Amino acid sequence: MKILVCISQVPDTTSKIAFTDNNTRFNEDKVQFIVNPYDEWYALVRALELKESLGGTVTIITVGPLAVEPIIRKALAIGADDAVRIDMDPQDAFSTAKSIADYARGKGFELILAGKETIDFNGSEVGGMIAGLLDLPFISLASKLDISNGSAVAEIDIEGGVEVTTSPLPCVISAAKGMAEARIPNMRGIMAARTKNIEVISSDVAPLVQVKAFTLPAPKSAVKLIDPSNMDQLVELLHSEAKVI
Amino acid sequence: MAVLIVTETSKGKFNKASLEAISYGAQVASMLSTTASLLSIGSGSDDELAKAGEYGVATVLKADHAKLSHFDPQLFSKLILAAMEKTGADVLIMSHDRTGKAVAPRISAVLQAGLISGAVELPVTSGGFSVKKNVFSGKAFAEYSITTAKKIITLLPNSVPVKLTGTAATVSAFVEGIDAFSSVLKIEEKIHQHDGEIPLPGADVVVSAGRGLKGPENWGMVEDLAKTLSAATACSRPVADIGWRPHHEHVGQTGIAIRPNLYIAIGISGAIQHLAGVNGSKVIVVINKDPEAPFFKAADYGVVGDAFEIVPKLNEAFRKFKEQNS
Ligand SMILES: Cc1cc2nc3c(=O)[nH]c(=O)nc-3n(C[C@H](O)[C@H](O)[C@H](O)COP(=O)(O)OP(=O)(O)OC[C@H]3O[C@@H](n4cnc5c(N)ncnc54)[C@H](O)[C@@H]3O)c2cc1C
Ligand SMILES: Nc1ncnc2c1ncn2[C@@H]1O[C@H](COP(=O)(O)O)[C@@H](O)[C@H]1O
Repeated sequence: MKILVCISQVPDTTSKIAFTDNNTRFNEDKVQFIVNPYDEWYALVRALELKESLGGTVTIITVGPLAVEPIIRKALAIGADDAVRIDMDPQDAFSTAKSIADYARGKGFELILAGKETIDFNGSEVGGMIAGLLDLPFISLASKLDISNGSAVAEIDIEGGVEVTTSPLPCVISAAKGMAEARIPNMRGIMAARTKNIEVISSDVAPLVQVKAFTLPAPKSAVKLIDPSNMDQLVELLHSEAKVI
Repeated sequence: MAVLIVTETSKGKFNKASLEAISYGAQVASMLSTTASLLSIGSGSDDELAKAGEYGVATVLKADHAKLSHFDPQLFSKLILAAMEKTGADVLIMSHDRTGKAVAPRISAVLQAGLISGAVELPVTSGGFSVKKNVFSGKAFAEYSITTAKKIITLLPNSVPVKLTGTAATVSAFVEGIDAFSSVLKIEEKIHQHDGEIPLPGADVVVSAGRGLKGPENWGMVEDLAKTLSAATACSRPVADIGWRPHHEHVGQTGIAIRPNLYIAIGISGAIQHLAGVNGSKVIVVINKDPEAPFFKAADYGVVGDAFEIVPKLNEAFRKFKEQNS
């Protein structure tokens, strides 16, 4: 089984969100970067589990400048076999997806995995775009994934139940919570990652959308504290002041 | 130039998020001095579908076909592309729900049309075309401009209020684009929803609890409160991880993101990863025994004290209120 896993670099979940350059760029000062949790905990780990039971290879791919190599090494330490870095500043989902699709085309990947969304841009776009560009079936937001009789079998949580979707290979799948349990790299993995190959390729795709400006939400006014013995007052405020009941 | 809105019916009816997308699309069309059509996927009487007219669309294309009874993004995209062609649409509007998240990117890639996913406001059309969306899990907004002629927007539910404008729309059948395509996906649904359970994603009121409740046996009072308020129930991540509550109730950065009108958080500390999934709520009420709990900084109303005493009292107060106002 030849698997490609798309991983992206995102600011750590506790990072301070601030902007520079006239509010057009995310301020990376003192920010710790991590592998996007959906990509690392679910897509990558499930890919490794499938490889362990079925054989094959797991290649990770990321679109980003040299500065993203630490997260590539992290993913290699968890167990990916090799890596591809597309040397480009990911300007929007389309330029990212097109670069990945152009790389993957004709290489015989049977499964392309992405995360449900990145926790910085929250697009849920890249996986679906790759599927569109390669004209492959797409299963989105899968919380379980197995390979059975040469097909991908995925479960998706839907309102009030689950949907079980079976797709022929190759296909693209986006991973949601539940697909696997996060793994922590061990010493051997970390050592091995140092010598694993990172192929660097270039790409030049124009974006379709552009950030004009970032803004922060208006600060929340201070909380109104209600006496625990006076729940009638809370109900009254929710009715007449907040107008939500 | 024209606008095409795509929504689905569930059990033959539009849901709230669909009506929001329809109204949003109609408002975008009027900003661009053009008309909006609706492609409605799924079953539904012509009378129900004609209601889209009240939200501002003139024509409804009804795509009701056995092939469409299950969700295959590839198939849905073919249908939508055919409808865009038919209506001459260069702006496509969908809801940022499961369907929109899977299909809009696909169409964006095929048409090379700029996509803004999860928009929270109407676009600004003076001097270009830009739309505001949530980024950094609700901790900031980004205004994006779309530079391509064809444009796609998915609308975040509960962000832009609906506007009632027109009268009934005309409804005609439309299933072009899918005849030649046979779906390669095999799909089977397994519904396990209990009667009367309110689904979390679109709920107006959500009652949520965390590790402060000590154990799954204590969720009765949470369920009682939810019942009084016709609310959905939710929980923090550790509560789902240790199996006190089902995984689909987990909200936050790694769970689902919700935007109810009212979010009541009981015994939840308010970690930043939890807030990421709920900070789009209109009003937040926090009940926590620790006055220093970070959640109070994100709350509109707070009650400092023991949940085991407060929640039953609050339930009683809501019940009294309901009786007096019914
Ligand atoms: C990458 C990452 C992603 C994460 N994603 C998520 C996510 O999506 N969603 C999420 O929820 N968490 C997430 N977390 C975990 C998050 O950081 C917190 O650990 C978690 O939200 C804490 O859950 P809690 O508030 O239920 O528990 P605790 O932090 O243990 O808080 C319990 C609270 O209950 C209060 N309490 C105790 N007893 C009572 C009582 N009798 N009455 C009233 N109050 C009481 C306490 O004062 C305390 O504030 C994530 C963490 C990481 C690192
Ligand atoms: N720069 C990138 N390089 C590689 N994969 C990416 C990149 N950005 C996003 N992805 C993948 O696409 C998924 C969805 O991202 P998004 O569309 O930005 O929400 C992520 O979870 C990743 O798997």
